[in-house]
Amino acid sequence: MELTATWYLVLGALVFSIGAVGLLIRRNPLVMFMCVELMLNAVNLTFVGIAWGLNDVGGQVAVFFVMVVAAAEVVIGLAIVVAIMRRRQGATADDLSVLRG
Amino acid sequence: MLAQVETPEVDVQILLPLLIMAVGGLLVLTFTSLTKKLPAWFVTAWSVLAALGSAAAVIPLWDRLGDEGPGGTIANSVAFDGFSLFMTVVIALGVALASLLAHSWLDREELPGVELHVLLLLSGSGGIIMAAANDLIVFFLGLETLSMAVYVLAAMNRRRIQSQEAGMKYFVLGSFSSAFLLYGIALIYGAFGTTNLVKISDEFEQSVLIDDGLLLGGLAMMIVGLAFKVGAVPFHAWTPDVYDGAPTPVVAWMGSGVKAAGFAGLLRIMSTAFGPVVDDWSFPLEIIAAATMLLGSFSAIVQTDVKRMLAYSSISHAGFMLLGVVAATDRGTASTLFYVATYTFLVAGTFGILSAVAGKGDSDFSFEAFSGLGRRRPIIAFALMVFLLAQAGIPATTGFYAKFSVIAAAVDADRYWLAIVAMAAAVIGAFLYLRIIVSMYLVDADDDAPALEMPHWTVGVVVSVAVLVTIGFGIFPGPIDALATDALAVLTAAP
Repeated sequence: MELTATWYLVLGALVFSIGAVGLLIRRNPLVMFMCVELMLNAVNLTFVGIAWGLNDVGGQVAVFFVMVVAAAEVVIGLAIVVAIMRRRQGATADDLSVLRG
Repeated sequence: MLAQVETPEVDVQILLPLLIMAVGGLLVLTFTSLTKKLPAWFVTAWSVLAALGSAAAVIPLWDRLGDEGPGGTIANSVAFDGFSLFMTVVIALGVALASLLAHSWLDREELPGVELHVLLLLSGSGGIIMAAANDLIVFFLGLETLSMAVYVLAAMNRRRIQSQEAGMKYFVLGSFSSAFLLYGIALIYGAFGTTNLVKISDEFEQSVLIDDGLLLGGLAMMIVGLAFKVGAVPFHAWTPDVYDGAPTPVVAWMGSGVKAAGFAGLLRIMSTAFGPVVDDWSFPLEIIAAATMLLGSFSAIVQTDVKRMLAYSSISHAGFMLLGVVAATDRGTASTLFYVATYTFLVAGTFGILSAVAGKGDSDFSFEAFSGLGRRRPIIAFALMVFLLAQAGIPATTGFYAKFSVIAAAVDADRYWLAIVAMAAAVIGAFLYLRIIVSMYLVDADDDAPALEMPHWTVGVVVSVAVLVTIGFGIFPGPIDALATDALAVLTAAP
């Protein structure tokens, strides 16, 4: 059986869904960040898969941008978590409930 | 041996508004780390000047646009057209107003705050990139530059745990939606083999798509991501909490600049680039628009906190702005641009006053805090009344013409039911603004109510400018309307 770009697209979609569901059901902020990373990396896989299928370099370049964005995003997220932890020990997402939508 | 790489030409003049704002922010950050302490007024003056300078850099560009016609730079990844220039000015003015409000807020809360101004400038530069991006990847980078700065801004008040909670919620949901947007971009890339909007619109002219599964999936994902950024139902859940917890000047920026940048993206990507397939995406967006207008207005009524109430009202305004997007016509684009431009001033003025009334601590936004304001501080109460009436869409204010023109655009595009829903939502919405006005003028304050301090003069500047714009362009909407009509997004390659 030959590997085609479709396989990578399907794998990307699966990983993206795992990340999305994980972000919605997990309560630990660190695990939630990991889920965001999963989603972004699934997109990277999709980009590379498509670029490979189309024989086009554009999608592979896009991946570099996404990697930088993902790194920056986690730095910001961790900084906010640290700011919260300074005031409250062991905060989970459920403890953040002063504001109620 | 090194391979020869062709580098695209960079037209610095087109990038000048962006450069002034971004470099302005980075320079003041460098100064502060080198010197012991810069006076607060210097930092504020610097960032306001950087923002206004960025807006002023647009004036020669507008003349050049008239001479040369639209184009692009850096291999057409950055657009040069009326739309990008118009939005650049709106965003730059939003930064200037928020920066002035931030000055009084920092002064009152006794917080050090060079970072707040720097982050406002950097987030504004992200917004300018979004407004001018002709490539989906560039657009995504602009969006992230804007959002990451705003995540931090929301968590800026280190004395209030609500502020950090707001930052955390905004961050988690924001990165969730960015991931959706990015996945949409990847699927669009799969459908067209490019992320450049100019090339995509060429494809539409030359060929008919047969298998459009990737295109539809990509559009759906991008709508999710963009609808979150502008706070449209059902992706609005973060709005009230984040508006409630974030520092009030930051809320003014979220309501003005962040929303403007989000709509810049929606208009350029959906209405212009994917305009040829408008039938594929307009129906879901119509449902979103109708739900946003109605739910925003209804939920606002039951709130007991003025800041949360205005958060829901901003959701409902996003619904009205979406009317111009779903119309996907030149008239629709112009009407949304007019709405976004005038709403920027409304929101800055409203939240400026809110912050002044709430007093030190930035936390008491109950109706009691506003009762009897008409007698205690007649000028402030009058200004707030102007803003609330404008948001309700009373004639002789910009809010009326803005609502009128988006609804007219929807009717023009045969979206009659949407126009009817919009009018109903406007009536429901009017009730909530009147409720605040009633408590200001008809309810007496408690005898032991603390005396309201006179707000800082920077708030006075913001509020006076906003009142002048709201009434002045409300009676004579012509100038802004003419600019908005000229400011169409054009997807053409540089000559």
